[in-house]
Amino acid sequence: MYALIDCNNFYASCERVFQPQLEKRPIVVLSNNDGCIIARSNEAKVLGIPMGIPVFQVEALLRQYQVKVFSSNYALYGDLSHRVMQSLQAFAPAMEVYSIDEAFLDLRKIPFYDLEKWAQTLKQNIQQWTGIPISIGIAPTKTLAKIANRYAKAFLPSEGIFIIEDDPTAEIALAATPIEDVWGIGRRYKRLLHSHQIFNAFQLVQAPESWIQKHLKVVGLRMLRELRGEVCYGLTLEPHPKKGICVSRSFRQATSHFGTIQEVVSTFAARCGEKLRKQKSCANLLYLFLFTNAYQDASPPQMYSKVIYLPVATHNSFELVKMALTALDLIFKEEYRYKKVGIMVTGITPESHVQTSLFDKPDPQHLNQKRVLKAVDALNRKLGRDKIRIAIQGYGWQPSQAHRSPCYTTRWEDIPTIDERRDFRGKPLSPRPHKD
Amino acid sequence: MNFYFPTVFIPFSGATVAAGFPSPAEDYTELSLDLNSHLIDRPYTTFCIRVRGNSMEGARVYDGDMLLVDRSISPQNGHIVIGVLDGEFTVKRLRIDQGQMYLLPEHPAYDPIKINHENDFKVWGVVTYVIHKA
Repeated sequence: MYALIDCNNFYASCERVFQPQLEKRPIVVLSNNDGCIIARSNEAKVLGIPMGIPVFQVEALLRQYQVKVFSSNYALYGDLSHRVMQSLQAFAPAMEVYSIDEAFLDLRKIPFYDLEKWAQTLKQNIQQWTGIPISIGIAPTKTLAKIANRYAKAFLPSEGIFIIEDDPTAEIALAATPIEDVWGIGRRYKRLLHSHQIFNAFQLVQAPESWIQKHLKVVGLRMLRELRGEVCYGLTLEPHPKKGICVSRSFRQATSHFGTIQEVVSTFAARCGEKLRKQKSCANLLYLFLFTNAYQDASPPQMYSKVIYLPVATHNSFELVKMALTALDLIFKEEYRYKKVGIMVTGITPESHVQTSLFDKPDPQHLNQKRVLKAVDALNRKLGRDKIRIAIQGYGWQPSQAHRSPCYTTRWEDIPTIDERRDFRGKPLSPRPHKD
Repeated sequence: MNFYFPTVFIPFSGATVAAGFPSPAEDYTELSLDLNSHLIDRPYTTFCIRVRGNSMEGARVYDGDMLLVDRSISPQNGHIVIGVLDGEFTVKRLRIDQGQMYLLPEHPAYDPIKINHENDFKVWGVVTYVIHKA
């Protein structure tokens, strides 16, 4: 048996850990540049605030219901995620961290008759130890465990646990799962299945294998077998090495100012370099993309991109910035206003495996830069991101984060404070921290 | 007069070692004292919290001190706890007397708090260490 553990409304729950007065209040968390809503507490979902909506479209609603709005605080979410995952490890012999807020546990060593009790203890403990509420789905395969988890969240919110242990329980959960919520069914397959009158997962498992194989190929067949309780996917225990690194942001206001975009592009290229060095790998493809403003004369946003192939894979920020700016020169057009800019590096190899080209002789300047960047990384780790940077990055392009909570668990100056001070009447001396 | 105390060296796992002649001390870095492992049993459930005010002076928790709080310890009678009372954090000594819970300050200017049914109260974590600058 496998369990899928999923943190409930993870980002919103993280914000509550150190601000208990927000319990039961609606909370939303915004995307990187305070652009869209990317997480909602249950109370915010009930208000009908949709996922992914640009925040300016629901501003009136947020004000009317006094929804607490947060900028995303990835330092906090990352740390609490790590704590949840480490705590989970105590409960099962093997675990696959599937995302920042999901993990699969292998339950083969846990006696079957104890599963319900095991799950209840786990749920209680994780909630008390980390402050994060979780839902648990248990089933014979990973695909079914995902379905069980979704079922627990949707139909048994107070228990938050569902176990698929036999055919009847499997039927209940499958029939309640729209096919687009089955792991591996994308938009295209959804349309195809709908056109064949297959709307939920139970109808899907009734389909003959030959039909599935013909239309959904071998991946579909594996999915079908998993849905029927036959294990096709075990746990992936090794963390996947990153296949590509992408840094991109939307501007609050579209701009056609070349200097600004140049600064942003250099900052992102330098960030890619920093990330590559951190994971000790190099990339040999750099991909720059620019989006024009979506709302400008109601035309759909256009994407302009340029790929630069590097003869020798690198993690040298100076080189990456140079390449990115070359690419920018090639695609930038003054008559457009740009809304979003991004850089992706891919073709990633470990730095120890980098193939030098036949004509590439060891370059003393290169070695110097390597040493400089090592020192820069060390200083920035100590002093804060981008304290030392390449001049063309400008005075630091910062995403707007007007509502970020303190980094309670990762910065000394941000650790939570309990203020017990009173005046002579016994009233609290200062307003409680973080209360509006 | 100046005293110089040796800095506690916290070995950083994964630190790269510069090439060259290996230091004869290299195999002994593990023996350095590690305050983290000494003070924290379960790092994943332990949090740092600062206290302002003197309500717990009797328990030697002073204004500005830092507390280590382990959320995995189940609270017992007599523990110093971080509680959440009606949505607000507080640090007090937990007293359980015949099933009745109290939060006791340790300073004469503050009154004990009796937890009633209408209170929304939860123990957030149990204080394991008080870190006070000498």
